[in-house]
Amino acid sequence: MEKAKIDNDYILEVKNLKKYYPVSRFSISKNRAYVKAVDDISFKIKRGTTMGLVGESGCGKTTAGRSILRLHDITGGQVVFDGKDLSKISPGKLRRMRPQMQMIFQDPYSSLSPRMPVGEIIGEAVREHRIVPKSQYRSYILKVMRDCGLQPQYFYRYPHEFSGGQRQRISIARAVALNPKFIVCDEPLSALDVSIQAQIINLMKDLQEQYGYTYLFISHDLSVVEYISDTIGVMYLGSMMEMGDKKRIFENPMHPYTKALLSAVPISDPDVKMNRIILSGDIPSPVNPPSGCKFRTRCQSCMEVCARKVPKLKEYEEGHMVACHLYSQD
Amino acid sequence: MGLLNIFKRKKIEGIDNTMYLTLRDERRISKENNKIIKYYERMKARKNVPEEEYLTQMRDPNNVVEFENLHTYFFTDVGTVKSVNGVSFDVPQGKIVGIVGESGCGKSVTSLSLMQLVQAPTGQIVEGSIRYKANDGKCYEITKVPRDKMLKIRGKDISMIFQEPMTSLNPVFRIGEQMDEVVLLHEDGMTPESAKKRSIEMLRLVGIAMPEKIYSKYPHELSGGMRQRVMIAMALSCNPRLIIADEPTTALDVTIQAQILELLREIKEKINGSIMLITHDLGVIAEMADLVVVMYAGRIIEKGTVREIFHSPKHPYTIGLMKSKPSGKTTDDRLFSIKGQVPNPINMPDHCYFYNRCDRAMEVCLGEYPKLIQFSPTHFAACYLYDESRLSGDDLAKE
Ligand SMILES: Nc1ncnc2c1ncn2[C@@H]1O[C@H](COP(=O)(O)OP(=O)(O)OP(=O)(O)O)[C@@H](O)[C@H]1O
Ligand SMILES: Nc1ncnc2c1ncn2[C@@H]1O[C@H](COP(=O)(O)OP(=O)(O)O)[C@@H](O)[C@H]1O
Ligand code: SF4
Ligand code: SF4
Ligand SMILES: [Mg+2]
Ligand SMILES: [Mg+2]
Repeated sequence: MEKAKIDNDYILEVKNLKKYYPVSRFSISKNRAYVKAVDDISFKIKRGTTMGLVGESGCGKTTAGRSILRLHDITGGQVVFDGKDLSKISPGKLRRMRPQMQMIFQDPYSSLSPRMPVGEIIGEAVREHRIVPKSQYRSYILKVMRDCGLQPQYFYRYPHEFSGGQRQRISIARAVALNPKFIVCDEPLSALDVSIQAQIINLMKDLQEQYGYTYLFISHDLSVVEYISDTIGVMYLGSMMEMGDKKRIFENPMHPYTKALLSAVPISDPDVKMNRIILSGDIPSPVNPPSGCKFRTRCQSCMEVCARKVPKLKEYEEGHMVACHLYSQD
Repeated sequence: MGLLNIFKRKKIEGIDNTMYLTLRDERRISKENNKIIKYYERMKARKNVPEEEYLTQMRDPNNVVEFENLHTYFFTDVGTVKSVNGVSFDVPQGKIVGIVGESGCGKSVTSLSLMQLVQAPTGQIVEGSIRYKANDGKCYEITKVPRDKMLKIRGKDISMIFQEPMTSLNPVFRIGEQMDEVVLLHEDGMTPESAKKRSIEMLRLVGIAMPEKIYSKYPHELSGGMRQRVMIAMALSCNPRLIIADEPTTALDVTIQAQILELLREIKEKINGSIMLITHDLGVIAEMADLVVVMYAGRIIEKGTVREIFHSPKHPYTIGLMKSKPSGKTTDDRLFSIKGQVPNPINMPDHCYFYNRCDRAMEVCLGEYPKLIQFSPTHFAACYLYDESRLSGDDLAKE
């Protein structure tokens, strides 16, 4: 077994990750067609930092998150978590590592079992994985609840009695109770009101400071991503288009798609009028993505070479990678 | 409305402050509700109502719609939900009025009231008036317009665009059929051919590249952004003067949202109409609206021009909202956040509804609900912080 190189600085290393879904069996063509939901992406996340993953609906963000956690099989590539290659370890060992990698979902309504009281929702896996000795179980759960802004008397209440924001706190508490190192947050705010979003963002930041969590924060709200992330990845049709430090991406976006995405965000100031880049058309079907650069059908700078060659993701300044023919590919 | 006072006197004791009801309570409420509901339903179902009964005058001829002290309640089995609880604002001709607020604060119910589309029989307009100036120059008191007449006004003069276009398009009919139907229903002297021509023209107007092709597709064959365009095309096909857009871009990606907002703005110029734009996204409001109405728990807590609201917000809730949205400029480690949550809509307090979350609450705030204080000809907020007649010396000093 090739020993995955341990780089302690990085808690997660994703190499050439691929996840293809077969298109329905009733397809006419003989060659089996695939939705390339995640098509060869690579990135690393430093311990204790947050990486934001942005892109339009259907571009593969959720699939990437689920693949990293091995919530389903992957088609190809490698996920190295804390020095261990997840595709090579045994199912039993993977199960034992589960508590270290958690996920928080978009919809706080459907992700909590309606038949369990809050204490049990948070505590079930804690018992299963024996996170704390039995004698300390109850005080431990209550401490987690307090950390997440839930009052102790909620212990026996059921999820339907809570508002969206409180339910999201419960799902955060459920993840946090397992003492994880890494949490994938899949649009944890998009079902919540603005005033509640701020409460949840603060909670996530506080927990990170206190316990040193690493987050992969999936969102299509760029202002939230800018606020919470240290690094950012921009995905389009399963591929990484641009990646780098938050500052670099926001101050000097290089990829035409990133530029369009940033310019599309409405600004909360009536006197600022943006010079908006309006992308025409919709995102193409991922079953049959455009040849060469996948973004070329909507790109205003499209050139002849863009249809022929897939642009490589290359580093143009320190910690800033772009995949576009506008920049030298050698 | 004299009738409301009868109901007020009969205010159901014991309900307003308890969370858990006995079965007996529920039956009693349900009986009371039925009586109330029946009355309103009878009023709406009347036939051959003389026009004088529902024609009225606008307060200001430049307005298309005037809401005045609107109350829309839902008479549910667990109690009365006062979804819209005394809302007044105007929609001037040619302007975009943005309505913001948390989910459940009554934005949709306000706009549905104008269309007489509040879910009956539990939902009823119980007080107040909605004056609407139609294309033909007549002014209607919407709260009194009988159902048969309302059918004509709705769709022709007022059009609505919803958040999730899939729920308002019928999945079993082709786009074209549905669009033609709207035109044929509302325009006199239209033939099927001319209706088709109009539909295709509208599809082209909203930037659909191959309108003939889309015309013969089914809704599920289109993407979310395309469906929203179709909805807008449909809404425009009868030359409405007023478009109500209820969270038109909430289900869409930012890039598609930018397309749709651009489109709405263009369209507004073209038809010289007005738009009521409902959203919870402050950015969308800042970009689109001329006037802003901020709602909280069924009431307007602040209204003004877009500049007044964004540059000098007065109400602590509006101020909190502005601060809690991260922006590129946010440098603090923590975001400002409004603590707590909206009170239960069935047990609204007697005092300021924002009291439990307000970081500037004072003793006077526990008095009656604060009045709207005027700051400029257009800017109002309902908060004791600015009510000089009610403030004691100490409170003023804090200011
Ligand atoms: N179980 C599945 N079977 C087949 N295709 C799938 C499956 N799950 C996802 N896909 C497809 O993979 C692509 C990426 O989906 P994914 O859910 O990762 O997108 P996303 O970026 O999270 O989008 P959103 O912002 O809407 O959540 C989409 O085209 C989707 O239709
Ligand atoms: N059909 C209904 N029956 C009972 N209550 C309703 C109904 N529709 C809306 N409500 C209530 O009315 C209030 C306002 O709802 P709505 O106007 O839809 O809010 P929003 O501001 O999010 O558009 C909420 O408390 C909601 O629960
Ligand atoms: S590679 Fe070509 S088509 Fe793709 S983003 Fe760059 S310029 Fe546009
Ligand atoms: S009236 Fe009092 S409690 Fe209400 S918003 Fe103003 S200061 Fe806060
Ligand atoms: Mg997703
Ligand atoms: Mg609504």
